[in-house]
Amino acid sequence: MKRYPRKNGQIRSLNIHSPWPLKDNLTIVLFLLPAFLFLSLFLVYPILRSAYYSLYNWKGMGPAVDFIGLENFKRLFADQIFLKAVKNGIFIIVFSLAIQLPLAMALALIIGRDIPGRAFFRAVFFMPYVLSEVITAIMWLIIYNPNPNRGFLNAIINVIPFLKPQAWLADTRLVMPAIFVVLTWKYIGLHMLLYITGLQNIPREIEEAALIDGVNNPQMVAYITLPLLSGTIKTSVYLSILGSLQVYALVWIMTRGGPVNASEVMSTYMYRYSFVRFELGYGSAVAIVMLLIALTFSIIYLRLTHREEYLA
Amino acid sequence: MKKVIFLILLTGIILLSGIWFTLCGGAEQVTINWWHIQTETEHRNLWQSLAEQYMAKNPNVKIEITVMENENFKAKLTTVMQSGEVPDLFQSWGGGTMNQQVEAGLLKDITSYLDKDGWRETFSEGALGVYAYKGRNYGVPRDMGMVGFWYNKDLFAKAGISNPPATWSEFLEAIKKLKAAGITPIALGEGDKWPGAFYWEYLAVRIGGEEAFIKAASREGSFTDPAFVAAGEKLLELVTTEPFQLGFLGATWADEATLMGNGEAGMDLMGQWAPGSFRENSIDGKGLGDKAGWFKFPMVEGGAGHPNDALGGGNGFVVGKNAPEETVDFLKFISSVESQIAQANIGLSVPVVNGAEVGLTDPMLKLVQKGAAEAGYFQLYYDQYLPPATGSVVNDAVQGLFAGTLTPQQAAQMIEDSAARELKK
Repeated sequence: MKRYPRKNGQIRSLNIHSPWPLKDNLTIVLFLLPAFLFLSLFLVYPILRSAYYSLYNWKGMGPAVDFIGLENFKRLFADQIFLKAVKNGIFIIVFSLAIQLPLAMALALIIGRDIPGRAFFRAVFFMPYVLSEVITAIMWLIIYNPNPNRGFLNAIINVIPFLKPQAWLADTRLVMPAIFVVLTWKYIGLHMLLYITGLQNIPREIEEAALIDGVNNPQMVAYITLPLLSGTIKTSVYLSILGSLQVYALVWIMTRGGPVNASEVMSTYMYRYSFVRFELGYGSAVAIVMLLIALTFSIIYLRLTHREEYLA
Repeated sequence: MKKVIFLILLTGIILLSGIWFTLCGGAEQVTINWWHIQTETEHRNLWQSLAEQYMAKNPNVKIEITVMENENFKAKLTTVMQSGEVPDLFQSWGGGTMNQQVEAGLLKDITSYLDKDGWRETFSEGALGVYAYKGRNYGVPRDMGMVGFWYNKDLFAKAGISNPPATWSEFLEAIKKLKAAGITPIALGEGDKWPGAFYWEYLAVRIGGEEAFIKAASREGSFTDPAFVAAGEKLLELVTTEPFQLGFLGATWADEATLMGNGEAGMDLMGQWAPGSFRENSIDGKGLGDKAGWFKFPMVEGGAGHPNDALGGGNGFVVGKNAPEETVDFLKFISSVESQIAQANIGLSVPVVNGAEVGLTDPMLKLVQKGAAEAGYFQLYYDQYLPPATGSVVNDAVQGLFAGTLTPQQAAQMIEDSAARELKK
């Protein structure tokens, strides 16, 4: 069978020996139909509805009648708080890439080897990822409770002589780092597991060959391991960025975007305008903008990484 | 052949008798969906027992109760309203939010029921009015109280404060004394935003009086009028003395109640439900007990308001659009004098039905009830009076004042901008 690479990187094979070319396509369509219907109904249709509502001043109750065109979008980009939400989003993305992923990689390199108890360590580091976001948020709310009689962290700090108990989630300067710690704690396991799996796919022979050539550990990691993991790293980065753009439950439960919007992210901003202020037209506009940002990023990112794979 | 005929006849008889029974045999089974927010054990048990009493007397009615915490209830109600499938009977604070629900056609008009058999006259007029819109009624109140300062008498005595403060300067003095005694003067859950809004709204009530608010809300005036800016300035005076607990900006109402309930703070500006919440959130389950005292929000020297003016609100139930007839009957049942007395006994409600005040056993709640009754100007919480969009902005703006990220002028402007947009109709 001949293989024809397509523009978007997908490879489609033509079954030129099939006596029933039409039936072949029909089978394909039929199998895809349930998924297609499901996605159209639950994904595409709501997005289109959302886009529709974003052009109205709509309270969320009753029909949408007050058409205002792109007013919502204009208001959106002029709002300081939305810009702050975007900034916070970028903060999370940048620090996730700078701290979370390297940490996960380090853990993977250490635990990926044949060290005693590696199954235990892997389980322990992966466990936070298994917890639901809601449980995680509530757990950390208790840890971060500023009252030394009730908060785990402040209770410990209280006994250390030169440290003062802080209001972790109530101080506008500390709240984003505090939330970031929780995010790292939760997702490091996932990335670590991804890297461990990737490491296991590296053939032993290459490592042994390198050792024979007299390479030391840092060189091994830098010149052999990491380049061979590039596919896994690309996936990991993609998941991390997309996840950071969409983080919601953790932030909402811990701080609701507060205090005074210090920990605002796009999703909490959207939620507040939609379901607390009942300005659903505006909330829909925020949702559309979020979608466009994520979509743009996805397309650009996948284009870049796919092209590289081609040349490889 | 005979078998077939026999089977057909049998099916026919079964079908016919089924139809017969559904049409005439006894009243049909009716289900009432009731959503309330009384998560405190004693309170939710009272509702449960009232429902059971009603169901015993009316076997064809089934009452399904859903209990949710305040914020969760608001969130869940929102999603349910989108689909138009509102519960048959649910918690409401009246005011602007209820008005929007009426505009969206989600509530049942019960004016005619109230006019029958003198049901209307059993209620205190002012309280009932909160659940009316454009002359039609959509629900009834069960509780109407006011916001005031709940304080710990023991801690006040420890700090050497002999009498609760009556003026703003006395209030700041009391805070100084509490701090000197090593006591956290005020418990505040500003993370939820509405507890802090009480302070600003009361200052506006004291400084501007009824006139200032009526003018601003009716759009003859503005929320940037001097009274509102001055309220912000006075609030900053308070905030700079740092009277709140560590991390107050992120704390919830539950945290606030926990502090007071465990005797870790001097005072708490809160509504009539406070004692129950202090009890529920305390480690020993007893709350403040007889250590609790209550005083009205201090008068601001030179303000246009009156020391008896009250900020407050109440709780009530509204009826959903598709509710069965029996719902209103059940509502009448739980609004009876006996029910109200029972509610007053456990501190669930400050009664609104005439004659039920005798049920109030808590001396502090009696003070609250008296205070609400003698108020010349009674202001419903801003975030209930105004439509949700603007009410939400009030809460956000005040949080900015507490955090020091907004000046009094900016906060007032934020509120004015939202009011201009939402109230223009």
